[in-house]
Amino acid sequence: MKRKFKQPVVLLVTTFIGVATASGQQRPIYTAADVRFMQGMIGHHAQALTMTALIPERTTRQGIRVLGQRIEVSQKDEIRMMQQWLRERHQDVPAIDTQHEHHAAAHMNMPGMSMSDTLMPGMLTAEQLADLAKAHGDEFDRLFLKDMIRHHEGALVMVANLLGTTASGQEPEVFRFASEVDTDQRAEIERMNALLETLGASGAASHR
Amino acid sequence: MHFSRRWVLLAQHRIGERIHCIHDTFYHSMRIEMTPRLTVPRSPARRSNFQLWHLLTLAGSVLAVATAGAQGDSTAITQNDPRIGLRAGYNNAAEVARNLELVGHATRPQNFGNPQNPGDFGFLNGDLAFRGNYAFQGGFNGFQIWDISNPKSPTLRMSLVCPGGQGDPSVYKNLLFISVEETRGRLDCGTQGVADTVSAERFRGVRIFDITDIDHPKQVAAVQTCRGSHTHTLVLDPNDTSNVYIYVSGTGPVRSGSELPGCARGVSLSDTTTSLFRIDIIKVPVAAPQNARIVNSPRILADSIGAIGGLWKGGAHGPGTQTTSDTNRCHDITVYTALGVAAGACSGNGILLDIRDPANPKRIAAVMDPNFAFWHSATFNNEGTKVLFTDEWGGGMAPRCRATDKLTWGADAIFYRAGDRLTTAGYYKLPVAQTDQENCVAHNGSLIPVPGRDIMAQAWYQGGVSVFDFTDPAHPREIAFFDRGPMDSTKLILGGDWGTYWYNGYIYASEIDRGLDILDLKPSDQLSRNEIDAAKLVRFDVFNPQNQPKFVWPSSYVVARAYVDQLVRDKGISRDRSSAIARDLNRAEKLKGTSERAALTQLANRLDRDSRTASDPARVEALAATVRDLARKQR
Repeated sequence: MKRKFKQPVVLLVTTFIGVATASGQQRPIYTAADVRFMQGMIGHHAQALTMTALIPERTTRQGIRVLGQRIEVSQKDEIRMMQQWLRERHQDVPAIDTQHEHHAAAHMNMPGMSMSDTLMPGMLTAEQLADLAKAHGDEFDRLFLKDMIRHHEGALVMVANLLGTTASGQEPEVFRFASEVDTDQRAEIERMNALLETLGASGAASHR
Repeated sequence: MHFSRRWVLLAQHRIGERIHCIHDTFYHSMRIEMTPRLTVPRSPARRSNFQLWHLLTLAGSVLAVATAGAQGDSTAITQNDPRIGLRAGYNNAAEVARNLELVGHATRPQNFGNPQNPGDFGFLNGDLAFRGNYAFQGGFNGFQIWDISNPKSPTLRMSLVCPGGQGDPSVYKNLLFISVEETRGRLDCGTQGVADTVSAERFRGVRIFDITDIDHPKQVAAVQTCRGSHTHTLVLDPNDTSNVYIYVSGTGPVRSGSELPGCARGVSLSDTTTSLFRIDIIKVPVAAPQNARIVNSPRILADSIGAIGGLWKGGAHGPGTQTTSDTNRCHDITVYTALGVAAGACSGNGILLDIRDPANPKRIAAVMDPNFAFWHSATFNNEGTKVLFTDEWGGGMAPRCRATDKLTWGADAIFYRAGDRLTTAGYYKLPVAQTDQENCVAHNGSLIPVPGRDIMAQAWYQGGVSVFDFTDPAHPREIAFFDRGPMDSTKLILGGDWGTYWYNGYIYASEIDRGLDILDLKPSDQLSRNEIDAAKLVRFDVFNPQNQPKFVWPSSYVVARAYVDQLVRDKGISRDRSSAIARDLNRAEKLKGTSERAALTQLANRLDRDSRTASDPARVEALAATVRDLARKQR
C-alpha cells in the first residue's frame, strides 16, 4: 500500500542530504526546509508589495516613491523566480493576492502551527497594515520606512534561519537566491535608515 | 532645449492620461532635482527616432514634475537594434555582433555541465583571470584552465572539480586563488556538500592552489573566513614583493563560532548608530603560501560620510570577530595599485579606499546614489579621474534590462574623481531592451587600452557584451556589441556573459552556460584600426580584473596615428592640419636614424604650436608628447 505524505518527509531529510548525480558527481539537492523557505518568502514578498502599493496615494516624497518602485520590481521578480523554482521541483506554489493579505501565504506552514498563528518574521499584522493604510504624508513616510525596515529584517532572519538549518541551502540555486535577497535587502535597509534619518525622529517633523 | 516644441507636445497629451514620472527613467540631458545627467547613446541611424522620442519624454517629465504624482515607467527604447528578436537556444542561439567578431569559442567540458539542465546552478561559469597564455575560468563546480596561445582556437588545459560558490579566481605567479562562500563548500573539494550546520569538513574562504605544475594544481592553503568569500581582490604591495594580499569580500551568512572560532552572530540585524564596512585581509607569503593568514579585518566607521578614520583590529590575529549588527559589508573591490587607491561597493555605497599600506586600507570617500541604485563593483579609468560603479541589482539572476526597467537601475554610474572627492557625471546602461527570459544587469568588465579615450568592455549577462566609450561621462556611447538570443524563449534560464575583459589584444568573455567566448574588435567610425592596434600594443604577463593595471603605451607610430584619428573624428584640429600631420608621420616613418629623429622633432614642435589654437588642445599635446618620445627613440 502506498502511503501518501502531505508534506515532504521532514525527519528523513534533516538527517541525510538527498544527493543527485549529474556528470558522475554526487551533489546535494534541496530539502523540505528549502521548499518552505521559498513558499514562505513568496508570501513575505507579497506583503511587501501590498505595502508598496499604498505609496502612490499617500505620499509625494520622491525618496519614498522611488524606493517603493525599486522594492516592487525586485520583489515581483523574486516572486516569479521562487514560483519557477518550486514548479520545476513539482512543489506547491502558494497562491498570492497582492491586493489583500492572503493568510495562507502569509504564515509559515510549520507543523503544529495553525493557519492563524505566528506571522513570518517582520510581517505586519492586519491591524498594523490598516494603520499604515490610514496614514498620509510625513506620518506615512515614517511609518512605511519603519515597517518596511522591520519587514526586510524579517527576510534576513528567514535567510539566516534557512542557512542555519541542517542540510539546507546546499543547492547552489537556493544559496545564491537567498544570498541575493539578503544582499539587496540589506542595502535597502541602509537606504531606508538614511531616509528615516532625514525625516527626523518619530513624532517630530524634520527641520533639516 | 526648445521650450516651444516641448509645450506643444504637452498639449497633445490627452487630458487625464497617466503621465509617468520618468525624469530618471529616460535618457535626457535635463537636470531635475538631484538627478544626474543621463544620456542617450546616439547612432546616426536612430537619431531621428530618438529626437522625437526625446522630446516626448521631456514633455512627459516636465509634466511629471508638475503633477508629482506619477509612477516610473517607460516605453520601448529601440526598435531597430539587431539584438531584438534573436532566436533562443543553448548552443545554437542566434548571434549578432557589431564592430566585434567572435573569433574563438569553447564549450565547457563535459564534467562541468548537466546535460539534463544546461542552466544547472551547480555548474555555472563565473569569472576569469589571466596569466601568460592561460585563462583561468572560475565557476560553481570548480575551475577550468584554458590555453589561449591561439585565441582563435582555445583549448582546455585542465579542469578541477571543487565546488563552493561562484569561485572567483585570481592568479599571481604560481599561485591561484579561488573564492568559496557556499555552505556546501568542503576542504577536500568534495561535491557531496556538508549537511551539518557545524562541521570540520566545511570550507568557506579563499583557497590557494600551487599551479607550478599546471596540470596538477595543489591546494596548499585554505584560509577560512567567517562569511566565506563571495569574491576577492588581489592586492600587491609595491614596497614588498615577497607578500601579496587578498581582500576578501564576504557577503554570505556568518558561521557559527563553534565552527570557526571568533565568528559571532549578533541579534540586532540593523544598527542605526554605527555603519560598519568590513573586509578580511589575508597576507600571503609568496614563497610559503601555506602560511597565509588573516592579518586584519578593518572596520571603517561610515556614519559621517567623508570622514577618515576607523576602528582597527591591529596586528595578527585569528579569524575576525563580527556581529550581524554590521549590515554593511563590502561587495566587489577593485584596486588600482599604481594610484594607491581602491574603489568598491559596501552595502550600497560607493567607496574609495587609500591602499598605499595594503594591510591597512583607509576609506577616504563614499557616495550614495540619489536614484537609489546600489553599487556592487567599480572600475577606474586609466587616469584615475573617473570611477564607474556598477549596480548589480538582483545579483545577475533577474531580467533588469526590460523596456520597463529604469535606465538608472541595474546600470553603471560614472563619477568624476578628484583626490577623495567623487561627483556625479552620468549613467550608462545597455541601450537595448532584453526579454523577460534574459537575466541582464551591469556586471564585470574592464578597460580597453585605447590611448586618449576611456573605453570599457562590459558583460551584461544575457544582455551580452557591450563596449562603450565614457570619455565624456555625461554622454557615454556604445561602440560595439555582441549578443545571443536567450537560453530559452519561454522561461528564464540563467546564462549570458559573467565577465568580459580585454587581455593582450582580444576580448574574453566567460559565458555562464556556453563556455568561453573570444572576440576581436573591428574598426568602425567610432574606433579606428589605428586605435585598435594601439590598444594591442599594451600587453601584460598577468591580469586580474579586480586589480587594475595602469596602461602605458610604448612610443609608436600606431599610437600617434590613433590620436590623429581621434582628432579627425572629434574635429579637435582643423582638417588641413590633421591631413598634414598624417603626411608628416608617414614621411618620418620612411626615414631612418637622425633624419627620422629630426623630422619627428620638427613635427612635435609644430604640434606644440597647434595645441594653442586647437579645439582639443589636450589631445594635440598628447600627440606631441608621443611624437617627441618617438623622436627620442631614434638614434
